[in-house]
Amino acid sequence: MAEPRKLWSFHGGLHLDDHKSESNQRPVQHMPLPDRLTLPLHQHIGQNAEPVVRVGELVKKGQVVARAPDYVSASIHAPTSGQVIEIGDQPIPHPSGLNDTCIVIEPDGQDSWTELPEPIRHFRSETAADLRDRIRWAGIVGLGGAAFPTAVKVNTGGGRPIDTLVINAAECEPYITCDDVLMLERAPDIIDGIEIIRHIVGARECLIGIEDNKPEAAEALRQAIVRSADSDIQVVVVPTLYPSGGEKQLIRLLTGQEVPSHGLPADIGVLCQNVATTAAVADAVLRGLPLIDRVVTVTGQGVRQPGNFRVALGTPIEFVITQSGGYSGEAHELLLGGPMMGFALHDDQAPVTKATNCLLAASLQEAPGPEPERPCIRCGECVEVCPADLLPQQIFWHARAHDFDRVQEYHLFDCIECGCCAYVCPAHIPLVHYYRYAKTEIWTLERERQKSDLARRRHDARQERLERLERERKSRLRKKKEALDKKSGSSADASKKAAIAAAMKRVADKKAAHKAETQTSDS
Amino acid sequence: MGLVLLALVPGMLAMVWYFGWGVLVNMAIATLTAVAAEAAVLRLRGRPVQPPLMDLSAIVTAWLLALALPPLLPWWQTVVGTAFAIVIAKQLFGGIGFNPFNPAMAGYVLLLVSFPVTMTRWLPPEVVSGDAISLADSLYIIFSGSPPAGQDWDAIASATPLDQMRTELSQNRMISEIRQSPLWGDFGGIGWEWIGNWFLLGGLFLIWQRVISWRIPVSMLGAMLLVAGLFWVMDPETHPFPAFHLFSGGAILGAFFIATDPVSASTTPRGQLVYGALIGLLVFIIRTWGGYPDAVAFSVLLLNMAAPTIDYYTQPRVFGQRGDRDA
Repeated sequence: MAEPRKLWSFHGGLHLDDHKSESNQRPVQHMPLPDRLTLPLHQHIGQNAEPVVRVGELVKKGQVVARAPDYVSASIHAPTSGQVIEIGDQPIPHPSGLNDTCIVIEPDGQDSWTELPEPIRHFRSETAADLRDRIRWAGIVGLGGAAFPTAVKVNTGGGRPIDTLVINAAECEPYITCDDVLMLERAPDIIDGIEIIRHIVGARECLIGIEDNKPEAAEALRQAIVRSADSDIQVVVVPTLYPSGGEKQLIRLLTGQEVPSHGLPADIGVLCQNVATTAAVADAVLRGLPLIDRVVTVTGQGVRQPGNFRVALGTPIEFVITQSGGYSGEAHELLLGGPMMGFALHDDQAPVTKATNCLLAASLQEAPGPEPERPCIRCGECVEVCPADLLPQQIFWHARAHDFDRVQEYHLFDCIECGCCAYVCPAHIPLVHYYRYAKTEIWTLERERQKSDLARRRHDARQERLERLERERKSRLRKKKEALDKKSGSSADASKKAAIAAAMKRVADKKAAHKAETQTSDS
Repeated sequence: MGLVLLALVPGMLAMVWYFGWGVLVNMAIATLTAVAAEAAVLRLRGRPVQPPLMDLSAIVTAWLLALALPPLLPWWQTVVGTAFAIVIAKQLFGGIGFNPFNPAMAGYVLLLVSFPVTMTRWLPPEVVSGDAISLADSLYIIFSGSPPAGQDWDAIASATPLDQMRTELSQNRMISEIRQSPLWGDFGGIGWEWIGNWFLLGGLFLIWQRVISWRIPVSMLGAMLLVAGLFWVMDPETHPFPAFHLFSGGAILGAFFIATDPVSASTTPRGQLVYGALIGLLVFIIRTWGGYPDAVAFSVLLLNMAAPTIDYYTQPRVFGQRGDRDA
């Protein structure tokens, strides 16, 4: 066994009660299929997927029902066989509570597969581009919650080569255990996925960062590594400190390097992937399977039988809760994600998507309503815990004053929205809300500026064109006139000019005479 | 805020011990005025009165101001100073969290420039004068504004050690001569040094409880010690021993309880060091060459003005900007 690796640290962070044992005591259970599956076209960062099926069409399990229209997007596959019964607006899990376009499938109970692509068993002999195409086909996105298309992320371009692949198995947010149980059950697949991604990006080594509250999962990974006989993959246990699972924080912990402000991990030769994503990559490449389900943690005092479930994408959240024993009397608020970065769901009819890592049915005690906000007295507690080394109180002050230039001078866009500042704030100020608000405002202003720039350029161009046309018209007229003048340049014209000259001479003579007269009288 | 009040108690009791009932009377007047003024303005502003009053910040302001006032100040001057602190310096800017200046110090400076005679009329510590002023006499003096029959101010009042040091230095007397006076203790004025110790204890308690950070008190007192030490080494007969500066006037109270007011102070870690050090430096400069014997209030207010700028230029290095700096 290699000696423990040197660990670095990041500023701030919080020691939170991890609440993991509520949900990680049982193995992952397969959740039965509901009566209908609702697949939002927007389950990822980037463009909405475009439906390639029509209402009434029969689809097979694993068939593409919506394809990525753009580079940054992800395809969506039917989680089971059945009939498309609707394509239209349905509730989606989004903080806004607004509806969005979804494909609704009624399962036929057959669960019969479509024809899948050939498994790629010897992936080392494939090119990176071919493997990326397979990942793209499978519709894989980052399963840690951010849902960024994986095929895009592993295409690190011709820039700096990737030296280190960092696998995020920290799962630092309280309550969430879906990665924990996945590692226990699918460690070999995770290692396979890591090998594939390493092959794609050409990373020399791989570091798996895992918090020290998951010793069994870490041991499972270690054993899988031993079996794979790959000595360049290393499990690194990090202390349990929220938010060590933040991408930038984990990279710092493991490598000592900081992702540049406004930069990407690739800028320092690092690529970071969530541990569940690697298992999905292994499925896609080695078995030819698309991403049609995921492990979801269902937990909190508000649910009767907390646990982890393998849930078909599109399953209504309400169905998931019912299958976990239903709401207990204590359910107060339903959160998607953990208590720190998750958001309250308005509607439990919304479906499970690729980004749904946790459903937290919190009791009043677990998610007490917001206490009345009091004025900030700049006590600086938030500065102590900020893992991005920001001055949260200053950003708050300027965001509140709508001073969007100043908030950027105080590095608003380096905020990772981990929520540590709001957690410790003695004045109960929902700081992250202010930061999100400021970011959205700045983005809107930026878009408007671009629009008005475009409008101005258009206006200027039109003005110039009109002026040019006017100039051309005038010069045409002048030329015409000159041509006419030349034509009529006859003797009549000359005599007229001579008459005018004569008249002007007479006037000048008269004036001179008058002047001479006044001069003599003056003297 | 409750902890701040608690931390003030030892120093406050010491002041009562050395300067008599007047201290308590001042505190009572200031507290009543502060609470009434805060409630009145909140009602005028159409804001709820209960929660802001419950944060006790008005009482903290009242106590800090009262502890800085001469013990027998006429009652209405205490009222004016406290009301100014709460109404003008705090509430008109938007209440707690929005005041650019430390309210207690704003009230103190208003009184000092408006009523210089009464504001510099201190008492000798009772251990020096030998006879205590009774509660009845204290109340009589405070509410009538004149000494009881048969006594005059010269018999009752005395300059503070800082004031005396300043006056006598300006008469070209040597430190060693000045210190012959019965007002002097080990390194500051008798009584004053013990009051300083008790406030220091309260301040350390606040640091231990993480109510305040160590940065501002340490940098402020450190800067004072440093410059005072420098001048003392150069000429110990015209510049007092550095500890004299620390344990005289409002230095300790100011460093732990006034300069650390988070609302009006600098808020960045490095900024707090700069802020505290500049206050300490300014206190020494004004005490030594300025027009007033003590200068904590002026220095704090001046640095309050500078705090936003200090914050702007002392931002911590943001995560991911190491490369920028190295480059």
